[in-house]
Amino acid sequence: MERVAIIGASMTRFGQRDAWVRELLAEAGAAALDDAGIGGDDLDHLYVSNMASGEFEGQTGVPNALAHDLAAQPAYTARIDQTSSSGGAGVYAAWQSVASGASDLTMLVGGEKMTHRTTAEATDVIASLTHPVEYKQGVTLPSFAGLTARLYLDEYDAPRESLGKVAVKNHKNGVDNPHAQFQKEVDLDTVLESPIVADPLRLYDFCPITDGSAALVFCPESVAAEYVPEDEYAVVSGIGGATDTHVVHERADPTTMGGVVDSSDIAYEMAGIGPDDVDVAELHDMFTILEFLQSEDLGFFEKGEGWKAVEEGVTDRDGELPINTSGGLKSKGHPLGASGVAQVYEIFEQVTGNAGPRQVEADTGLACNVGGFGNCVTTTILEGTQ
Amino acid sequence: MSDNEAADTRVDDQTDSAEPAFEAAEYADGTVTYPPHTVSPNGAERVGTVDLREYEGRVLTWTTSTATPPGVREPNTLAIVEFEMGDGYDGPAVRALGQIAEREDGSGETFDVDIGDRVEPVYADELREPGAGIREPESQDWDGFRFRPVEE
Repeated sequence: MERVAIIGASMTRFGQRDAWVRELLAEAGAAALDDAGIGGDDLDHLYVSNMASGEFEGQTGVPNALAHDLAAQPAYTARIDQTSSSGGAGVYAAWQSVASGASDLTMLVGGEKMTHRTTAEATDVIASLTHPVEYKQGVTLPSFAGLTARLYLDEYDAPRESLGKVAVKNHKNGVDNPHAQFQKEVDLDTVLESPIVADPLRLYDFCPITDGSAALVFCPESVAAEYVPEDEYAVVSGIGGATDTHVVHERADPTTMGGVVDSSDIAYEMAGIGPDDVDVAELHDMFTILEFLQSEDLGFFEKGEGWKAVEEGVTDRDGELPINTSGGLKSKGHPLGASGVAQVYEIFEQVTGNAGPRQVEADTGLACNVGGFGNCVTTTILEGTQ
Repeated sequence: MSDNEAADTRVDDQTDSAEPAFEAAEYADGTVTYPPHTVSPNGAERVGTVDLREYEGRVLTWTTSTATPPGVREPNTLAIVEFEMGDGYDGPAVRALGQIAEREDGSGETFDVDIGDRVEPVYADELREPGAGIREPESQDWDGFRFRPVEE
């Protein structure tokens, strides 16, 4: 199996954008091609990570649209939908295409256009991933977060404030990310006094609704240095994907995300490392509670101890294990199909030393992208070459 | 399967009504799941159904959602309820997600519940408005069970 390198990366400004999905994808795609020093016609494969362009916008067939806009035909194209983890699943597909030898040059572009819809409509598009017995009760993804947060706080005696501190930390990190939807700090009181969305969680425990796109270019590691200088590429040293139950209440322990455990086990084994070897991580903080669950299920902290790490500053940018240096989904925004790609973009910037004011000391970084409420997960590990 | 007297009374009560069962699936390996699946978590085939109205349920966790999608009541208090399947059952936990029922005092407010509270299912012929959201109305049913507290 070929070792796979990432030789180019980009992301658009996340937020409320005038551009529609085709234009967002083309903006990120063109920038990533430029970053790798190649043209669209050099690509063998072109993947688009996107959850719901048909439902949001009435535009389907987006990979073909993008291929035409970037003059990438006759490249093989496919749309990768795995709901909120479409981006991570796209990274997996792109990695697989190169690792298998089927493609010598693959680009992945993730994107979503959402903000033209009302919050209720966007929430419903996302909630449509649920089982009929869940959907008919009016459940939303934020409701699952509220249900799980209450159980977590009760089981592990964690203070409500600890969840708020995730939001405070990630907003602080987002200030230095020019692509983030919110480049603005929030204080703990603001988080704890914001309107209730899904009790005990409040507005600032949730990521916003966002438009945006991000892109990555993959090739065999053996030829990466032909495209970019040696310290400007990163290697996908480990990657794993896994699913958990479709019906959320059927999980043995609702505070454990089985897909995170299983996908990271695969990724760690492939990379030949363990959780202690990770220097920086991007986790799927669609809701503050998810950062606790993932940081535990990835093996960074014991079960029920993730909240203490946040309280103690371990996951701050200058802490022992910085988590969500990009600002996370919380401040950066969450354009569904783009998020998993943008997570890997941040890790790529970190391990190649290009993260600017957000830079931490990192040779090895991990991104964990979660779809549904942990229903599908991809964990990706990158290593720098510096 | 149940030796619960209160539950048996409820089964008797509902023989007069057309209220559907709260149907979970039972599999050849003895496990029970709600909702029913094609096979059990271990891959065993389905052998029958179980009516969850016959079992005692307790609130595992709950939330009140204020940002609800089209056709859903607002606010929407939801709970995950775990059923006590009896000493002879050693399969995975049997649970259901359901709305908390409204009080009968006309206030329009739902009952208060907390973790560990005992609850019972209450049938509702429409849990949310079919067709108001994105899901095709004909693709699934819209009736089902809410939960209300049981005095202990």
